[in-house]
Amino acid sequence: MKLIVNGEALEIAATTLAALLAALDYEGDWLATAVNSDLVHKANRAEFRLSDGDRIEILSPMQGG
Amino acid sequence: MFELYGTELSSRLLLGTAQYPSPAVLADAVRASGTSVVTVSLRREMAGGRAGEKFWSLIRSLGTRILPNTAGCHSVKEAVTTANMAREVFGTTWIKLEVIGNHDTLQPDVFGLVEATRILCEDGFAVFPYTTDDLVAAERLLEAGCKVLMPWCAPIGSALGPVNMTALRSMRGHFPGVPLIVDAGLGRPSHATTVMELGFDAVLLNTAVARAADPVGMARAFSKAVEAGREAYSSGMLEPRDVAVPSTPTIGRAVFS
Repeated sequence: MKLIVNGEALEIAATTLAALLAALDYEGDWLATAVNSDLVHKANRAEFRLSDGDRIEILSPMQGG
Repeated sequence: MFELYGTELSSRLLLGTAQYPSPAVLADAVRASGTSVVTVSLRREMAGGRAGEKFWSLIRSLGTRILPNTAGCHSVKEAVTTANMAREVFGTTWIKLEVIGNHDTLQPDVFGLVEATRILCEDGFAVFPYTTDDLVAAERLLEAGCKVLMPWCAPIGSALGPVNMTALRSMRGHFPGVPLIVDAGLGRPSHATTVMELGFDAVLLNTAVARAADPVGMARAFSKAVEAGREAYSSGMLEPRDVAVPSTPTIGRAVFS
């Protein structure tokens, strides 16, 4: 399936958001995820099924003012 | 002590965490500042780098309260989604709300800001809106549900200091019971003292400390400056006048001619 992850096109076998995170080696509780501009809560990632062309944002804490 | 959204804070200086020369200097500057609130952001995680995890671990070790921001958001939708993502990661309902309206000045889009404030307040957020010094926008923000206002005193990172003292003074006068935090534009400790002398409750700054030759020393300087301004405001200052007034009593003066 073709996805846009953090602005980059990826071809990936994962079908759920949780599987995508695992495939990309994103583990831990410091990440927030959004699909097509809407937040997907941590608790819902395992059930959240991805579709071809989905835009996924994976954000983490960073310096800010 | 002063209170923001029911939380008592010991320091009236809020500090950003960006642009420091190293994580160690950031940590030392935060400690030297005595701040009890630091601002942080959310950015795209880089695959395998774990930069976010390391940074988050450092911030948690500082023991301060976290004020996540929506820096860089240019629309209501972006800001609201970012705020929701921040609530999930940082485990706080506090959000420094930025909806940028002008690319060159980073001036807030006050119309979008009011709308995003309403949406987030209804959803249980404690909104800290980064706004202009406009009284009407401030009034609308309070109507939208926020309990704190954060007017700029000059564009972000400009180090210009308070460029419109009249506007800041008006804001203090119009909203006597609302916590007012000057956010953005401070360049020197004396700027912080000046706005604290006007009666502002706190200041939020980043660049002036982070980009100083010695950020730790500058953090300490700002801490003292904020305290000095607050104590001066609380102690009641003299009004300036155009003519001299002798400070030594004239009664009992010797006559030698």
